[in-house]
Amino acid sequence: MRGVLAVALGVAWRVLHNVFSNPSLLIPSIVFPLFFFTAFAGGLSRVSDVPGFDYEPGYTSFQFVFVLLQSAAFGGVFTGFGIARDFESGFARRLLLASPRRSGIVLGYSFAAFVRWVTTASVLTVVAIVAGMKVGGGPIDIFGLYGLALIVNATATLWAAGVAMRLRTMQAGPVMQMPVFLILFFAPVYVPIDLLQGWIETVASVNPVTALLEAGRSLLAGEPEHVALAFAVALGLGVAFAVWALRGLRRAEAAGA
Amino acid sequence: MTTAAQTAELARRSVIRTLRQPANVIAPLIFPMMLLAVNAGGLHSAEQLPGFPAETFLAFAMAVPFIQGALFATMNAGTDLARDIQTGFLNRLSLSPMRSVALLTGQLGGAVVIGLVQAIFYLCVGLAVGVRLESGIAGALVLLALATLIVLAFGSLGAFAALRTGSGEAVQGLFPALFVFLFISSMNMPRNLIEIDWFRTAATVNPVSYLIEGVRSLIIVGWDAQALALAFGIASAIAIIGLTAATWALGERLTRT
Repeated sequence: MRGVLAVALGVAWRVLHNVFSNPSLLIPSIVFPLFFFTAFAGGLSRVSDVPGFDYEPGYTSFQFVFVLLQSAAFGGVFTGFGIARDFESGFARRLLLASPRRSGIVLGYSFAAFVRWVTTASVLTVVAIVAGMKVGGGPIDIFGLYGLALIVNATATLWAAGVAMRLRTMQAGPVMQMPVFLILFFAPVYVPIDLLQGWIETVASVNPVTALLEAGRSLLAGEPEHVALAFAVALGLGVAFAVWALRGLRRAEAAGA
Repeated sequence: MTTAAQTAELARRSVIRTLRQPANVIAPLIFPMMLLAVNAGGLHSAEQLPGFPAETFLAFAMAVPFIQGALFATMNAGTDLARDIQTGFLNRLSLSPMRSVALLTGQLGGAVVIGLVQAIFYLCVGLAVGVRLESGIAGALVLLALATLIVLAFGSLGAFAALRTGSGEAVQGLFPALFVFLFISSMNMPRNLIEIDWFRTAATVNPVSYLIEGVRSLIIVGWDAQALALAFGIASAIAIIGLTAATWALGERLTRT
Protein backbone atom coordinates (compact mmCIF):
# COMPACT_ATOMS: atom_id res chain seq x y z
CA MET A 1 0.00 0.00 0.00
CA ARG A 2 2.85 2.38 0.85
CA GLY A 3 4.34 1.70 -2.56
CA VAL A 4 1.06 2.58 -4.25
CA LEU A 5 0.77 5.80 -2.27
CA ALA A 6 4.37 6.81 -2.93
CA VAL A 7 3.86 6.36 -6.68
CA ALA A 8 0.50 8.14 -6.56
CA LEU A 9 1.92 11.14 -4.71
CA GLY A 10 4.90 11.35 -7.06
CA VAL A 11 2.68 11.25 -10.16
CA ALA A 12 0.19 13.72 -8.67
CA TRP A 13 2.92 16.16 -7.64
CA ARG A 14 4.42 16.11 -11.13
CA VAL A 15 1.05 16.64 -12.86
CA LEU A 16 0.09 19.45 -10.51
CA HIS A 17 3.49 21.11 -10.87
CA ASN A 18 3.11 21.00 -14.65
CA VAL A 19 -0.44 22.31 -14.58
CA PHE A 20 0.05 25.11 -12.04
CA SER A 21 3.28 26.32 -13.64
CA ASN A 22 1.85 26.33 -17.15
CA PRO A 23 -0.95 28.86 -17.73
CA SER A 24 -1.94 27.26 -21.05
CA LEU A 25 -2.90 24.11 -19.12
CA LEU A 26 -4.41 25.79 -16.07
CA ILE A 27 -6.42 28.65 -17.54
CA PRO A 28 -8.69 26.71 -19.94
CA SER A 29 -9.85 24.35 -17.19
CA ILE A 30 -10.84 27.35 -15.05
CA VAL A 31 -12.13 29.65 -17.77
CA PHE A 32 -14.31 27.21 -19.73
CA PRO A 33 -16.72 26.42 -16.87
CA LEU A 34 -16.98 30.14 -16.07
CA PHE A 35 -17.69 30.82 -19.68
CA PHE A 36 -20.44 28.17 -19.86
CA PHE A 37 -21.90 29.45 -16.60
CA THR A 38 -21.96 32.99 -17.96
CA ALA A 39 -23.49 31.98 -21.27
CA PHE A 40 -26.17 29.73 -19.75
CA ALA A 41 -27.07 31.56 -16.54
CA GLY A 42 -26.75 34.99 -18.16
CA GLY A 43 -28.08 34.43 -21.64
CA LEU A 44 -30.86 32.01 -20.87
CA SER A 45 -32.22 33.31 -17.56
CA ARG A 46 -35.51 34.17 -19.26
CA VAL A 47 -36.12 30.42 -19.62
CA SER A 48 -37.16 30.45 -15.96
CA ASP A 49 -40.33 32.27 -17.12
CA VAL A 50 -41.43 29.26 -19.15
CA PRO A 51 -44.68 27.84 -17.71
CA GLY A 52 -43.85 24.83 -15.53
CA PHE A 53 -40.33 25.94 -14.60
CA ASP A 54 -40.53 25.71 -10.83
CA TYR A 55 -36.97 25.62 -9.48
CA GLU A 56 -37.23 27.77 -6.36
CA PRO A 57 -33.64 29.17 -6.08
CA GLY A 58 -33.78 30.51 -9.66
CA TYR A 59 -32.06 29.97 -13.01
CA THR A 60 -28.53 30.93 -11.87
CA SER A 61 -28.62 28.17 -9.23
CA PHE A 62 -30.23 25.78 -11.71
CA GLN A 63 -27.36 26.25 -14.16
CA PHE A 64 -24.68 26.30 -11.45
CA VAL A 65 -25.28 22.62 -10.66
CA PHE A 66 -24.89 21.65 -14.31
CA VAL A 67 -21.72 23.68 -14.75
CA LEU A 68 -20.28 22.33 -11.47
CA LEU A 69 -20.79 18.74 -12.64
CA GLN A 70 -19.53 19.66 -16.11
CA SER A 71 -16.37 21.21 -14.65
CA ALA A 72 -15.83 18.03 -12.61
CA ALA A 73 -16.22 15.83 -15.69
CA PHE A 74 -14.04 17.98 -17.94
CA GLY A 75 -11.42 18.31 -15.21
CA GLY A 76 -11.07 14.54 -15.51
CA VAL A 77 -10.96 14.67 -19.30
CA PHE A 78 -8.25 17.37 -19.28
CA THR A 79 -6.20 15.12 -17.01
CA GLY A 80 -6.68 12.35 -19.57
CA PHE A 81 -5.15 14.65 -22.20
CA GLY A 82 -2.09 14.92 -19.94
CA ILE A 83 -1.84 11.13 -19.63
CA ALA A 84 -1.98 10.79 -23.43
CA ARG A 85 0.72 13.46 -23.73
CA ASP A 86 2.90 11.53 -21.26
CA PHE A 87 2.57 8.41 -23.38
CA GLU A 88 3.28 10.27 -26.59
CA SER A 89 6.38 11.96 -25.17
CA GLY A 90 7.75 8.69 -23.80
CA PHE A 91 7.54 9.84 -20.18
CA ALA A 92 4.93 7.19 -19.35
CA ARG A 93 7.29 4.42 -20.49
CA ARG A 94 9.89 5.60 -17.97
CA LEU A 95 7.16 5.96 -15.35
CA LEU A 96 6.04 2.37 -15.88
CA LEU A 97 9.63 1.16 -15.60
CA ALA A 98 10.30 3.13 -12.43
CA SER A 99 7.07 2.39 -10.53
CA PRO A 100 7.13 -0.51 -8.06
CA ARG A 101 3.30 -0.49 -7.85
CA ARG A 102 1.81 0.71 -11.13
CA SER A 103 -1.77 1.03 -9.93
CA GLY A 104 -0.42 4.04 -8.06
CA ILE A 105 -0.04 5.75 -11.44
CA VAL A 106 -3.81 5.75 -11.99
CA LEU A 107 -4.39 6.85 -8.39
CA GLY A 108 -1.88 9.68 -8.80
CA TYR A 109 -3.51 11.02 -11.96
CA SER A 110 -6.91 10.81 -10.20
CA PHE A 111 -5.61 12.73 -7.20
CA ALA A 112 -4.14 15.41 -9.46
CA ALA A 113 -7.48 15.70 -11.29
CA PHE A 114 -9.20 16.17 -7.94
CA VAL A 115 -6.89 19.04 -6.91
CA ARG A 116 -7.31 20.69 -10.33
CA TRP A 117 -11.08 20.44 -10.03
CA VAL A 118 -11.12 21.81 -6.47
CA THR A 119 -9.35 24.91 -7.82
CA THR A 120 -11.88 25.28 -10.63
CA ALA A 121 -14.88 24.61 -8.39
CA SER A 122 -13.69 27.20 -5.86
CA VAL A 123 -13.45 29.91 -8.50
CA LEU A 124 -16.76 28.86 -10.05
CA THR A 125 -18.54 28.92 -6.68
CA VAL A 126 -17.25 32.39 -5.81
CA VAL A 127 -18.30 33.73 -9.22
CA ALA A 128 -21.74 32.12 -8.90
CA ILE A 129 -22.31 33.64 -5.46
CA VAL A 130 -21.21 37.05 -6.72
CA ALA A 131 -23.59 36.58 -9.69
CA GLY A 132 -26.49 36.13 -7.29
CA MET A 133 -26.80 32.37 -6.92
CA LYS A 134 -29.28 31.47 -4.19
CA VAL A 135 -28.51 28.51 -1.95
CA GLY A 136 -31.47 26.88 -0.26
CA GLY A 137 -29.69 23.85 1.14
CA GLY A 138 -27.83 23.54 4.44
CA PRO A 139 -24.19 22.51 4.94
CA ILE A 140 -24.99 18.80 4.65
CA ASP A 141 -26.86 19.31 1.37
CA ILE A 142 -24.00 21.36 -0.05
CA PHE A 143 -21.48 18.78 1.13
CA GLY A 144 -23.58 16.18 -0.70
CA LEU A 145 -23.60 18.26 -3.89
CA TYR A 146 -19.82 18.69 -3.91
CA GLY A 147 -19.38 15.03 -2.95
CA LEU A 148 -21.41 14.03 -5.96
CA ALA A 149 -19.32 16.28 -8.18
CA LEU A 150 -16.15 14.77 -6.73
CA ILE A 151 -17.29 11.27 -7.72
CA VAL A 152 -18.09 12.58 -11.22
CA ASN A 153 -14.57 14.02 -11.39
CA ALA A 154 -12.99 10.70 -10.39
CA THR A 155 -15.22 8.76 -12.80
CA ALA A 156 -14.37 11.03 -15.75
CA THR A 157 -10.66 10.83 -14.91
CA LEU A 158 -10.80 7.04 -14.85
CA TRP A 159 -12.69 6.99 -18.16
CA ALA A 160 -10.16 9.30 -19.82
CA ALA A 161 -7.22 7.43 -18.26
CA GLY A 162 -8.55 4.16 -19.68
CA VAL A 163 -8.79 5.67 -23.16
CA ALA A 164 -5.39 7.38 -22.92
CA MET A 165 -3.67 4.17 -21.77
CA ARG A 166 -5.23 2.14 -24.55
CA LEU A 167 -4.60 4.56 -27.43
CA ARG A 168 -1.49 6.31 -26.03
CA THR A 169 -1.71 9.33 -28.35
CA MET A 170 -2.95 12.90 -28.12
CA GLN A 171 -5.16 12.13 -31.11
CA ALA A 172 -7.34 10.21 -28.65
CA GLY A 173 -8.56 13.57 -27.30
CA PRO A 174 -11.92 13.54 -29.11
CA VAL A 175 -12.51 9.91 -28.03
CA MET A 176 -12.16 11.03 -24.40
CA GLN A 177 -14.06 14.27 -24.77
CA MET A 178 -16.98 13.59 -27.10
CA PRO A 179 -18.80 10.87 -25.09
CA VAL A 180 -18.51 13.01 -21.95
CA PHE A 181 -19.82 16.03 -23.82
CA LEU A 182 -22.74 14.04 -25.22
CA ILE A 183 -23.78 12.34 -21.99
CA LEU A 184 -23.71 15.71 -20.20
CA PHE A 185 -25.73 17.55 -22.82
CA PHE A 186 -28.24 14.71 -23.34
CA ALA A 187 -29.43 15.44 -19.78
CA PRO A 188 -31.90 18.17 -18.72
CA VAL A 189 -29.36 20.99 -19.08
CA TYR A 190 -31.61 23.99 -19.73
CA VAL A 191 -34.95 23.04 -18.15
CA PRO A 192 -36.20 20.36 -15.74
CA ILE A 193 -36.90 16.99 -17.34
CA ASP A 194 -40.67 17.52 -17.06
CA LEU A 195 -40.38 20.34 -19.63
CA LEU A 196 -38.44 18.29 -22.17
CA GLN A 197 -40.32 16.84 -25.12
CA GLY A 198 -39.64 14.37 -27.91
CA TRP A 199 -36.42 12.44 -28.39
CA ILE A 200 -34.41 14.47 -25.88
CA GLU A 201 -36.89 13.56 -23.13
CA THR A 202 -36.55 9.86 -24.00
CA VAL A 203 -32.76 10.06 -24.00
CA ALA A 204 -32.62 12.17 -20.83
CA SER A 205 -34.90 9.80 -18.96
CA VAL A 206 -32.44 6.91 -19.41
CA ASN A 207 -29.28 9.03 -19.11
CA PRO A 208 -27.53 8.43 -15.75
CA VAL A 209 -26.38 12.06 -15.67
CA THR A 210 -30.04 13.08 -15.31
CA ALA A 211 -30.15 11.44 -11.88
CA LEU A 212 -26.96 13.27 -10.85
CA LEU A 213 -28.24 16.63 -12.11
CA GLU A 214 -31.65 16.34 -10.51
CA ALA A 215 -30.22 15.20 -7.18
CA GLY A 216 -27.61 17.98 -7.30
CA ARG A 217 -30.25 20.61 -8.00
CA SER A 218 -32.47 19.29 -5.23
CA LEU A 219 -29.55 19.45 -2.78
CA LEU A 220 -28.78 23.05 -3.73
CA ALA A 221 -32.45 23.92 -3.28
CA GLY A 222 -32.51 22.25 0.15
CA GLU A 223 -35.17 19.74 -0.91
CA PRO A 224 -33.19 16.53 -1.43
CA GLU A 225 -34.73 14.06 -3.88
CA HIS A 226 -33.37 10.78 -5.24
CA VAL A 227 -29.99 11.49 -3.66
CA ALA A 228 -29.32 7.84 -2.80
CA LEU A 229 -30.05 6.87 -6.42
CA ALA A 230 -27.66 9.55 -7.69
CA PHE A 231 -24.84 8.41 -5.40
CA ALA A 232 -25.48 4.78 -6.35
CA VAL A 233 -25.29 5.68 -10.05
CA ALA A 234 -22.14 7.79 -9.58
CA LEU A 235 -20.37 5.15 -7.48
CA GLY A 236 -21.43 2.38 -9.89
CA LEU A 237 -19.95 4.29 -12.82
CA GLY A 238 -16.86 5.06 -10.76
CA VAL A 239 -16.22 1.39 -10.00
CA ALA A 240 -16.85 0.39 -13.63
CA PHE A 241 -14.41 2.99 -14.95
CA ALA A 242 -11.83 2.11 -12.27
CA VAL A 243 -11.80 -1.39 -13.77
CA TRP A 244 -11.65 0.19 -17.26
CA ALA A 245 -8.64 2.34 -16.28
CA LEU A 246 -6.75 -0.49 -14.57
CA ARG A 247 -7.28 -2.74 -17.58
CA GLY A 248 -6.03 0.12 -19.74
CA LEU A 249 -2.93 0.23 -17.58
CA ARG A 250 -2.41 -3.49 -18.15
CA ARG A 251 -2.79 -2.93 -21.91
CA ALA A 252 -0.15 -0.21 -21.77
CA GLU A 253 2.15 -2.49 -19.82
CA ALA A 254 1.62 -5.31 -22.31
CA ALA A 255 2.33 -2.96 -25.21
CA GLY A 256 5.54 -1.77 -23.54
CA ALA A 257 3.97 1.76 -23.59
CA MET B 1 1.53 30.54 -64.77
CA THR B 2 -0.96 33.36 -64.22
CA THR B 3 -1.89 34.58 -60.75
CA ALA B 4 -5.37 33.06 -61.18
CA ALA B 5 -3.88 29.68 -62.08
CA GLN B 6 -1.52 29.85 -59.11
CA THR B 7 -4.44 30.69 -56.83
CA ALA B 8 -6.52 27.82 -58.20
CA GLU B 9 -3.63 25.39 -57.73
CA LEU B 10 -3.09 26.41 -54.11
CA ALA B 11 -6.83 26.34 -53.41
CA ARG B 12 -6.99 22.81 -54.83
CA ARG B 13 -4.08 21.80 -52.60
CA SER B 14 -5.82 23.33 -49.59
CA VAL B 15 -9.07 21.44 -50.28
CA ILE B 16 -7.32 18.12 -50.90
CA ARG B 17 -5.25 18.52 -47.75
CA THR B 18 -8.40 19.11 -45.69
CA LEU B 19 -10.19 16.14 -47.29
CA ARG B 20 -7.24 13.90 -46.42
CA GLN B 21 -7.74 14.63 -42.71
CA PRO B 22 -11.09 13.00 -41.87
CA ALA B 23 -11.22 14.67 -38.43
CA ASN B 24 -11.08 18.08 -40.13
CA VAL B 25 -13.98 17.14 -42.41
CA ILE B 26 -16.24 15.19 -40.06
CA ALA B 27 -16.00 17.35 -36.91
CA PRO B 28 -17.17 20.59 -38.63
CA LEU B 29 -20.10 18.69 -40.15
CA ILE B 30 -21.20 16.65 -37.16
CA PHE B 31 -20.40 18.81 -34.12
CA PRO B 32 -22.60 21.81 -35.06
CA MET B 33 -25.46 19.45 -35.94
CA MET B 34 -25.15 17.69 -32.58
CA LEU B 35 -25.14 21.00 -30.72
CA LEU B 36 -28.17 22.08 -32.75
CA ALA B 37 -30.01 18.87 -31.84
CA VAL B 38 -29.15 19.24 -28.15
CA ASN B 39 -30.09 22.92 -27.96
CA ALA B 40 -33.25 22.56 -30.05
CA GLY B 41 -34.36 19.63 -27.90
CA GLY B 42 -33.42 21.17 -24.57
CA LEU B 43 -34.74 24.66 -25.27
CA HIS B 44 -37.91 23.57 -27.04
CA SER B 45 -40.00 25.05 -24.20
CA ALA B 46 -38.50 28.52 -24.83
CA GLU B 47 -40.97 28.74 -27.74
CA GLN B 48 -43.63 29.46 -25.10
CA LEU B 49 -41.94 32.70 -24.01
CA PRO B 50 -44.00 35.76 -24.95
CA GLY B 51 -42.38 37.47 -27.93
CA PHE B 52 -40.32 34.47 -29.05
CA PRO B 53 -39.87 35.16 -32.77
CA ALA B 54 -40.01 31.68 -34.30
CA GLU B 55 -42.55 28.87 -34.44
CA THR B 56 -39.94 26.31 -33.40
CA PHE B 57 -36.67 26.63 -31.52
CA LEU B 58 -35.10 24.41 -34.17
CA ALA B 59 -35.75 27.04 -36.85
CA PHE B 60 -34.53 29.77 -34.50
CA ALA B 61 -31.30 27.90 -33.71
CA MET B 62 -30.68 26.80 -37.32
CA ALA B 63 -28.51 29.87 -37.97
CA VAL B 64 -25.89 28.88 -35.41
CA PRO B 65 -24.28 25.93 -37.27
CA PHE B 66 -23.39 28.24 -40.16
CA ILE B 67 -21.31 30.40 -37.83
CA GLN B 68 -19.82 27.42 -36.02
CA GLY B 69 -18.91 25.83 -39.34
CA ALA B 70 -17.17 29.05 -40.35
CA LEU B 71 -15.15 28.91 -37.13
CA PHE B 72 -14.06 25.34 -37.86
CA ALA B 73 -13.12 26.19 -41.46
CA THR B 74 -11.14 29.15 -40.17
CA MET B 75 -9.17 27.11 -37.69
CA ASN B 76 -8.43 24.39 -40.20
CA ALA B 77 -7.22 26.90 -42.80
CA GLY B 78 -5.12 28.80 -40.27
CA THR B 79 -3.61 25.62 -38.84
CA ASP B 80 -2.71 24.33 -42.31
CA LEU B 81 -1.05 27.63 -43.21
CA ALA B 82 0.88 27.58 -39.92
CA ARG B 83 2.00 24.04 -40.73
CA ASP B 84 3.26 25.26 -44.11
CA ILE B 85 5.36 27.80 -42.23
CA GLN B 86 6.58 25.30 -39.63
CA THR B 87 7.55 22.69 -42.24
CA GLY B 88 9.35 25.22 -44.42
CA PHE B 89 6.91 24.86 -47.33
CA LEU B 90 6.32 28.62 -47.35
CA ASN B 91 10.08 29.22 -47.57
CA ARG B 92 10.38 26.92 -50.56
CA LEU B 93 7.34 28.54 -52.15
CA SER B 94 8.87 31.98 -51.73
CA LEU B 95 11.84 30.86 -53.86
CA SER B 96 9.45 29.95 -56.70
CA PRO B 97 7.73 32.45 -59.03
CA MET B 98 4.56 32.11 -56.92
CA ARG B 99 3.01 35.52 -56.17
CA SER B 100 2.25 36.26 -52.55
CA VAL B 101 -1.30 37.32 -53.35
CA ALA B 102 -1.91 33.88 -54.88
CA LEU B 103 -0.61 32.21 -51.73
CA LEU B 104 -3.09 34.01 -49.51
CA THR B 105 -6.10 33.85 -51.81
CA GLY B 106 -5.37 30.22 -52.65
CA GLN B 107 -5.29 29.21 -49.01
CA LEU B 108 -8.44 31.18 -48.24
CA GLY B 109 -10.08 29.90 -51.43
CA GLY B 110 -9.67 26.35 -50.15
CA ALA B 111 -11.25 27.32 -46.82
CA VAL B 112 -14.13 29.03 -48.61
CA VAL B 113 -14.83 25.92 -50.73
CA ILE B 114 -14.88 23.73 -47.60
CA GLY B 115 -17.06 26.30 -45.82
CA LEU B 116 -19.52 26.38 -48.70
CA VAL B 117 -19.79 22.57 -48.71
CA GLN B 118 -20.45 22.67 -44.95
CA ALA B 119 -23.12 25.35 -45.38
CA ILE B 120 -24.89 23.30 -48.06
CA PHE B 121 -24.78 20.30 -45.71
CA TYR B 122 -26.31 22.28 -42.81
CA LEU B 123 -28.99 23.66 -45.10
CA CYS B 124 -29.90 20.19 -46.39
CA VAL B 125 -30.06 18.76 -42.86
CA GLY B 126 -32.21 21.68 -41.75
CA LEU B 127 -34.63 21.18 -44.63
CA ALA B 128 -34.67 17.42 -44.00
CA VAL B 129 -35.71 17.88 -40.35
CA GLY B 130 -38.51 20.24 -41.25
CA VAL B 131 -37.07 23.75 -41.15
CA ARG B 132 -38.60 25.91 -43.90
CA LEU B 133 -36.91 29.08 -45.14
CA GLU B 134 -39.32 32.00 -45.01
CA SER B 135 -37.24 33.69 -47.73
CA GLY B 136 -37.63 30.75 -50.14
CA ILE B 137 -35.14 29.44 -52.68
CA ALA B 138 -33.64 32.87 -53.34
CA GLY B 139 -33.13 33.17 -49.58
CA ALA B 140 -31.22 29.87 -49.56
CA LEU B 141 -28.83 31.28 -52.18
CA VAL B 142 -28.37 34.49 -50.19
CA LEU B 143 -27.81 32.41 -47.05
CA LEU B 144 -25.06 30.43 -48.78
CA ALA B 145 -23.48 33.66 -50.04
CA LEU B 146 -23.53 35.13 -46.52
CA ALA B 147 -22.14 31.92 -45.00
CA THR B 148 -19.33 31.96 -47.58
CA LEU B 149 -18.51 35.58 -46.81
CA ILE B 150 -18.40 34.77 -43.09
CA VAL B 151 -15.97 31.90 -43.77
CA LEU B 152 -13.79 34.32 -45.76
CA ALA B 153 -13.95 36.86 -42.93
CA PHE B 154 -13.02 34.41 -40.16
CA GLY B 155 -10.57 32.65 -42.50
CA SER B 156 -8.65 35.88 -43.03
CA LEU B 157 -8.31 36.25 -39.25
CA GLY B 158 -7.02 32.66 -39.03
CA ALA B 159 -4.57 33.35 -41.86
CA PHE B 160 -3.35 36.49 -40.12
CA ALA B 161 -2.79 34.57 -36.86
CA ALA B 162 -0.94 31.82 -38.74
CA LEU B 163 1.29 34.24 -40.67
CA ARG B 164 1.98 36.41 -37.65
CA THR B 165 2.83 33.59 -35.22
CA GLY B 166 3.86 30.74 -37.52
CA SER B 167 2.41 28.38 -34.93
CA GLY B 168 -0.46 25.94 -35.33
CA GLU B 169 -0.99 25.92 -31.55
CA ALA B 170 -1.40 29.70 -31.53
CA VAL B 171 -4.03 29.44 -34.26
CA GLN B 172 -5.83 26.71 -32.31
CA GLY B 173 -5.69 29.03 -29.31
CA LEU B 174 -7.88 31.46 -31.28
CA PHE B 175 -10.70 28.93 -31.36
CA PRO B 176 -11.81 29.31 -27.72
CA ALA B 177 -11.65 33.08 -28.08
CA LEU B 178 -13.92 32.99 -31.14
CA PHE B 179 -16.18 30.52 -29.34
CA VAL B 180 -16.61 33.06 -26.53
CA PHE B 181 -17.89 35.55 -29.12
CA LEU B 182 -20.34 32.91 -30.31
CA PHE B 183 -21.69 32.07 -26.85
CA ILE B 184 -21.92 35.68 -25.63
CA SER B 185 -24.26 36.52 -28.49
CA SER B 186 -27.90 36.11 -29.43
CA MET B 187 -27.28 32.51 -30.49
CA ASN B 188 -29.78 30.99 -28.01
CA MET B 189 -32.15 33.86 -27.31
CA PRO B 190 -33.24 36.99 -29.21
CA ARG B 191 -31.54 40.05 -27.74
CA ASN B 192 -34.83 41.62 -26.64
CA LEU B 193 -35.59 38.52 -24.57
CA ILE B 194 -32.22 38.41 -22.79
CA GLU B 195 -33.04 39.35 -19.21
CA ILE B 196 -29.62 40.07 -17.74
CA ASP B 197 -28.63 43.64 -18.66
CA TRP B 198 -24.88 43.18 -19.00
CA PHE B 199 -25.34 40.06 -21.13
CA ARG B 200 -27.79 41.85 -23.42
CA THR B 201 -25.29 44.74 -23.75
CA ALA B 202 -22.44 42.32 -24.50
CA ALA B 203 -24.57 40.53 -27.10
CA THR B 204 -25.53 43.88 -28.64
CA VAL B 205 -21.93 45.05 -29.10
CA ASN B 206 -20.82 41.59 -30.23
CA PRO B 207 -20.56 41.53 -34.05
CA VAL B 208 -21.26 37.78 -34.10
CA SER B 209 -24.84 38.50 -32.93
CA TYR B 210 -25.47 40.38 -36.18
CA LEU B 211 -23.96 37.62 -38.31
CA ILE B 212 -26.27 35.10 -36.64
CA GLU B 213 -29.27 37.41 -36.91
CA GLY B 214 -28.63 37.96 -40.62
CA VAL B 215 -28.65 34.22 -41.31
CA ARG B 216 -31.59 33.75 -38.92
CA SER B 217 -33.66 36.45 -40.62
CA LEU B 218 -33.61 34.49 -43.89
CA ILE B 219 -34.90 31.41 -42.06
CA ILE B 220 -37.58 32.75 -39.71
CA VAL B 221 -38.48 36.24 -41.01
CA GLY B 222 -38.08 36.30 -44.76
CA TRP B 223 -36.43 39.38 -46.22
CA ASP B 224 -35.22 41.70 -43.45
CA ALA B 225 -33.14 44.39 -45.17
CA GLN B 226 -31.68 45.77 -41.95
CA ALA B 227 -30.58 42.38 -40.60
CA LEU B 228 -29.06 41.42 -43.96
CA ALA B 229 -27.30 44.76 -44.42
CA LEU B 230 -25.78 44.49 -40.94
CA ALA B 231 -24.69 40.89 -41.48
CA PHE B 232 -23.16 41.48 -44.91
CA GLY B 233 -21.64 44.77 -43.77
CA ILE B 234 -20.03 43.33 -40.65
CA ALA B 235 -18.79 40.20 -42.44
CA SER B 236 -17.31 42.40 -45.22
CA ALA B 237 -15.65 44.68 -42.68
CA ILE B 238 -14.08 41.74 -40.83
CA ALA B 239 -12.94 40.28 -44.16
CA ILE B 240 -11.34 43.57 -45.25
CA ILE B 241 -9.57 44.04 -41.91
CA GLY B 242 -8.48 40.39 -41.83
CA LEU B 243 -7.23 40.36 -45.41
CA THR B 244 -5.33 43.63 -44.95
CA ALA B 245 -3.70 42.32 -41.77
CA ALA B 246 -2.93 38.93 -43.36
CA THR B 247 -1.39 40.58 -46.46
CA TRP B 248 0.80 42.70 -44.23
CA ALA B 249 1.79 39.67 -42.12
CA LEU B 250 2.61 37.68 -45.26
CA GLY B 251 4.84 40.51 -46.48
CA GLU B 252 6.62 40.55 -43.12
CA ARG B 253 6.95 36.77 -43.11
CA LEU B 254 8.45 36.68 -46.62
CA THR B 255 10.82 39.51 -45.76
CA ARG B 256 11.97 37.62 -42.68
CA THR B 257 12.51 34.40 -44.59
